[in-house]
Amino acid sequence: MATAINVNNVSKRQGNVEALKGVNFSVNRGELYGLIGPDGAGKTTMFRLLTTLLVPDEGTVTVDGFDTVKDYEAIRSRVGYMPGRFSLYQDLTVEENLKFFASVFSTTIEENYDLIKDIYAQIEPFKHRRAGKLSGGMKQKLALSCALVHKPSVLLLDEPTTGVDPVSRYEFWQMLHKLKEENITIVVSTPYMDEAKMCDRIALINHGQILKISTPKDIADDFNDALLEVKGENLYKLMLEIRKMRTVKSCYSFGDSLHVTFSETPDTEGFKKELSELGQGGLTITPIEAGIEDSYMKLADE
Amino acid sequence: MNDEMGNKVIIAENLTKKFGNFTAVDHITFEVERGEIFGFLGANGAGKTTAMRMFCGLSRPTEGKGSVGGFDVRTQAEQIKKNIGYMSQKFSLYEDLKVWENIRLFAGIYGVKEGEIKSRSEELLHRLGLYEERDSFVKSLPLGWKQKLAFSVAIFHHPKIVFLDEPTGGVDPIARRQFWELIYEAADQGITIFVTTHYMDEAEYCNRVSIMVDGRIDALDTPRNLKEQFGTTDMDGVFRALARKAKRGD
Amino acid sequence: MKKMLSFIRKEFYHIFRDKRTMLILIGMPMVQIILFGFAISNDVKNVRVAYYAPHYNNDIQKLVAKIDANDYFIVVGKCTTKEDINHALLSGKADIVAYFDRDFSKIGKKGSTPTVNLIIDACDPNMATMESTILTQVINDYFKNPAGGTGALLVPHTRLLYNPSMESSYNFVPGIMGLILMVICAMMTSISIVREKEVGTMEVLLVSPSRPMGIIFAKMVPYFTISCLNLATILVLSVFVLKLPIAGSLIGLILFAMLYIALALAFGLLISTIMKTQVSAMLVSMMGLLMPTMLLSGMIYPVENMPAILQWISAVIPARWFITAVRKVMIQGLPMAAIVKEIAVIGGMLIIITGLSLKNFKKRLE
Repeated sequence: MATAINVNNVSKRQGNVEALKGVNFSVNRGELYGLIGPDGAGKTTMFRLLTTLLVPDEGTVTVDGFDTVKDYEAIRSRVGYMPGRFSLYQDLTVEENLKFFASVFSTTIEENYDLIKDIYAQIEPFKHRRAGKLSGGMKQKLALSCALVHKPSVLLLDEPTTGVDPVSRYEFWQMLHKLKEENITIVVSTPYMDEAKMCDRIALINHGQILKISTPKDIADDFNDALLEVKGENLYKLMLEIRKMRTVKSCYSFGDSLHVTFSETPDTEGFKKELSELGQGGLTITPIEAGIEDSYMKLADE
Repeated sequence: MNDEMGNKVIIAENLTKKFGNFTAVDHITFEVERGEIFGFLGANGAGKTTAMRMFCGLSRPTEGKGSVGGFDVRTQAEQIKKNIGYMSQKFSLYEDLKVWENIRLFAGIYGVKEGEIKSRSEELLHRLGLYEERDSFVKSLPLGWKQKLAFSVAIFHHPKIVFLDEPTGGVDPIARRQFWELIYEAADQGITIFVTTHYMDEAEYCNRVSIMVDGRIDALDTPRNLKEQFGTTDMDGVFRALARKAKRGD
Repeated sequence: MKKMLSFIRKEFYHIFRDKRTMLILIGMPMVQIILFGFAISNDVKNVRVAYYAPHYNNDIQKLVAKIDANDYFIVVGKCTTKEDINHALLSGKADIVAYFDRDFSKIGKKGSTPTVNLIIDACDPNMATMESTILTQVINDYFKNPAGGTGALLVPHTRLLYNPSMESSYNFVPGIMGLILMVICAMMTSISIVREKEVGTMEVLLVSPSRPMGIIFAKMVPYFTISCLNLATILVLSVFVLKLPIAGSLIGLILFAMLYIALALAFGLLISTIMKTQVSAMLVSMMGLLMPTMLLSGMIYPVENMPAILQWISAVIPARWFITAVRKVMIQGLPMAAIVKEIAVIGGMLIIITGLSLKNFKKRLE
């Protein structure tokens, strides 16, 4: 498989902060690649390196085979970029924004209409509305259309779903899957762990370092500790009790249940009995497979 | 405050807010009890922020009644402000002030007694594990710590209710859970929590959840009952089923 | 080229859709020229003069009558004691007290230099300077004029050139041109570039095949156009409303002003390469350009009256050179050859500032 992006041992300081420390990863052509990590993990710095807006202090970055330092102009004409905020002209209409960005890349809306059709069609009824008056979900769609209007070979999306409600987020990922079929390489960052499962491969990033690179499925499979899901009547009290137990390694809340890991193989029945004796009611305890968030927390904790 | 409503800290009765022809909040009715963690969900533009502003006494309702902590949102905005705490993702602390200066400032604003501030802020800093960082500027703290600190500052004056507007956006998974543990603790002490979030797993942490669609409250129940009602395994499914009906954006 | 046009069109959209920007761009020049031209008048009128003459004589009587007859002055009374002088000024009954010394009686006699002390309320030093100048002239005129009395005399002689009636709009119009063009061009360009940085659109533009120079050039075109319109508005208003004739070459004046506009745009670009937020860009334009232009360019306070150090500082303020040159061409009607120095200074500044800002302008984010 051809490599679309190669990040080789990259370090970058931003002010006093070491934003990235010896980062390595590569993205295959046509892959949907996720950079998963919280705010301040170094995701945005990584995107700015990929888009040639920053130069690495150490290491090299190549996009489509071009070096981001030497051949930055070649890269700039072939990537589509959506920065962290929806970078649109709020005082221009939907159509004017799109037209403008098309002309920036010396193309027209008509020329690449096929590629953006599905996305733009959803906002076309509002094409005379100013971008500033659109809802979060619509802004996101317009920004994506603008980033795609020149048919880029690599699409770089920095936190496109932050602050957007779950429904719009879900739709957005559907759109990305469609774009993947056009053989566009997509790198997307997100702080929402549950979105990781939508990617082909993910890199978990924290404090400027890559914790792990894998497919979403393998990350969960690599989770070596036994994991129990515990439900009960009063989760908060239950959590406090479980944390006091000697064999318990970690206990985190997950929605309506708790995920508990142990330092030695747990005895599910004994564990349940122990909790019942402490006065916890309505207990159900099930061994489960780890999810990406479980993995992330375990890796970040180590 | 009379006994009858002693346990109802937030009451909304047909609460409505119109901007011109646009009905941002459309006759919402619900009650929140003391010590409850109440999740206030909705898609972007569903009217959450407008409703929250009315409860905080920042915006006068066009129609309907509302009371917060026993005070009328229409006529007693000043009393309401003294009895609530507020924190949002966007603004919570002054980035260019030090940790202890922020605590002092907000404690002072909410009228905590001078003598109490020092001892209690030291106790707070120890509890959050931030004592070594007390002289750091807030902007130098990781986001997760910042938000935990902001929440602790928002409840420093022991308000009856604390309003949290997307408090955990972008916060890493561990810090997010630690944040919710602080929420549980506060609820345990009888502080009512009114929270909005885009993380559906966090909706599960709430005692009850309301979901706003186009200015109305379309569902209100415990997460468990909602999931049963909509036949889904998680809150994400409930939310999607409801929000799909939405007709308007923001 | 098509790309450039679409960039320029977008800039015009930004300007036309923001009512506040429009108001500043179009309204400010008109309001300022009319305000400064009419309302805020530094013109000397109805200055109240009292006199003190311990040795009153015929000459003094005639001179006082002459002063009273002048349009600018009204003689309000006579002080009988020295204490009265102070009293008249302090109580606000008089703006000036003329103190005719005792040797005034020896007028016309050989070797005598009669003295008039003018004691002036100098709360407003500019007014005081002007009042004293005019009054001195009136007194001088009296002695020069044989009908007034004795004929030739050795009294210091000043003549007011070019603005004989000292109408302040003559001074203000070049000043306002210098101010408005500098502030509008520099502030508005810098804000509009910095706004794109703030909103994040600059990031998207940088990550595109557009040349940064093209982006910047497209930003300048609308502001250059609007500034030229402003220039025309100011000239039309000053000729037809303030009745200020353009004595010299109109074409020369306009070309010179365009050079100055280009310099102002370069300043705006320089500010935008350094500042990160719109607020800071605005503050820097205000503090760095507006204030010095108002205070040090000679627009309000004559450069010659400043302490040496401020005079040196004023040498780096473009408006100073602009105002000097415009006064020469517009009011004195001198040929363009007379402002070669000013053209050279403004042109030099343009090259330096453009060079600096190009050096500072980044094709990346750092």
